[in-house]
This record gives sequence, C-alpha cells and structure tokens, in this order.
Amino acid sequence: MSIILRTFVPQISIMKIGVVVFPGSNCDQDMIYTLRSMNHEVIELWHKDTDLQGVEMVVLPGGFSYGDYLRSGAIARFSPIMEQVIEFANKGGYVLGVCNGFQVLCESGLLPGTLQHNLSHTFICKNVYLKPSSKTAAISADLDENKAYTIPVAHGEGNYYADAETLAELKANDQIIFRYCDANAAVTEAANFNGALDNIAGVCNAGKNVFGMMPHPERAADPNLGNTDGAELFKSLFNNLAVQA
Amino acid sequence: MKFRAEINVMPHKALLDPQGKAVSSSMKNIGLAEITGVRIGKHIHLEVEADDEASAKAKVDEACKKLLINPITENYEFEVMAL
Repeated sequence: MSIILRTFVPQISIMKIGVVVFPGSNCDQDMIYTLRSMNHEVIELWHKDTDLQGVEMVVLPGGFSYGDYLRSGAIARFSPIMEQVIEFANKGGYVLGVCNGFQVLCESGLLPGTLQHNLSHTFICKNVYLKPSSKTAAISADLDENKAYTIPVAHGEGNYYADAETLAELKANDQIIFRYCDANAAVTEAANFNGALDNIAGVCNAGKNVFGMMPHPERAADPNLGNTDGAELFKSLFNNLAVQA
Repeated sequence: MKFRAEINVMPHKALLDPQGKAVSSSMKNIGLAEITGVRIGKHIHLEVEADDEASAKAKVDEACKKLLINPITENYEFEVMAL
C-alpha cells in the first residue's frame, strides 16, 4: 500500500479514499462531501464490489446497513466488500467507521467490543461533547485534550461495551480515542447519555490503523452548518496518518 | 435429511437488558407487580440439510458463532429435530 507522505504544510496531502455504500447507508453522501471538500479523491465502493480500486483508506459511513436486521452491522460484515476491507485492514490499511460503520467494524472483529442498545432504549439525536483521549491515535493526536469538541450523534445502539479484560487493554494501549464529556471536557456520568462503558465514544485497534466512533464528525465539518469541530478530527487524522505509517 | 433447529438467544446475565427492564417496570401498570426480572432475547427457527443430527448440530452451531449471535453480549442454546 502506498501512503502519501505528510509534507510540512498541513492539509496538502491528498489521499484516495473509498467510501463504502451498503443498502441502508444514509450518511455516505455527507462523508463523501466532507472528504472532497478537503480535496481528497473519493470513490464510492458498492457493498457487492470485490475490488478496493487501490484506495489508501476506506470509510464505512453511518446509516442502517441491511436495515440493522439481526444486530447492527451483523449482516453488512459479510458483504463482499467487507471481506476486502478486512484483508486491507489486517495488512495495515487505514479504515474509519462512523456510527453504523463503527458497528460494522466491531462485528467484523476489526475493533474490540460491541455497541449495545442505548441504556434509555431510545434513539438519541443531538449534539454531544467529546474529549479527545488518545495522543497516539491519528484521529485525536492533534486535538486539545482539554477541549470539549461538539459533534452530533444519531443512534439507537451506541452504548459501547467490552469485557473488563478488553477495557484494560484499550487503556494500556491508548486505544480510546474519544469519550463523552461535559462542556468543560470533564468526563462525567451525566455526560454519558447512552450508557457507554467508561464514556467511550470511539476506539481504535491496537495497530492504530482502524478507527471507529459513534458521533458524526462529517456532520460538523462545513462552516455553513455553524460547527466545524468535526473538521478538526479529519485534519488530525490526515495530518498524522503518514507519520504513523 | 432435513432438520429443524430452534435457537434461543439471550443477553448475558451480567449485562443490563434495557428492553427487559422497561417491560419489567411496566408490569405494575397492568396490575402484575408480582412479575419481575424480565429479560428479552430472540428465538430463531431454521431448517438445515445434513447427513445426521450431529452434523446438523455442527452446522447450526457454526451459524450461531459466525452470524446469529454476538458472543460479547449474547449466549445461546438450541435444539435440533429431524423433519
């Protein structure tokens, strides 16, 4: 896999990124728009495709792939494109999953843990605050750990869960990328709106090449929307990928 | 031979089951406060073609492990009967 090396001027490295479209994806166009607005070359990968077309990164967008039947992400995980994505990730390829994409990555075994129904058992759609928690993961490395980033969520099954042993590994390897917090970046029980284990909003794998998060940074990356905190996450991600490679 | 499997999938006992909890707490609203501890899982029926019962069970078990359940949050049991 070829990775374009970071230059000393941030944001000029252009990546070829594949955004996977499953039946039921509904945030794919938002993701494509956001990535293209950052000058990346984006191609759409259909769930039945078996060729990643030489992309340097794969993004699994939000939505309700296969109607969320059985469990969120459970059926998407066995779609033809995912076999390629899993192979790509296992070779060190970069993969980002947002919302349903995160659920698919957990079901695929590319990320540890799983997403359960929200504790309230209701679908929650609102802006929440995120505290960057990993200084070694590309997507959060450049962010201010004392700042609460405002990013929208929209999910019914975003309650992150992993067993105690897995949680200990996540902490030991600095794999927790974001945690739900209050406006002052304090990680509190009150800010944990969906009941996630340890307020976890997103994690990465031990290799730091696969990232998953429930909140939607692509919905907060255009100045016209009045919030560009999400763009900061993408900037951190793309600025650090080549360094990690 | 064709077999039919009936699979019960339940959330692990250690996990909170918000759906079951909500139903549990609504029992008093229908005058059945005696009912508590509701936990909600899934029941799956399927048919499987196999040479014998042991082979049918192995295929059902594989389906459970690969797709039908998530071992992190769910456990399962099943019965297989010849059709």
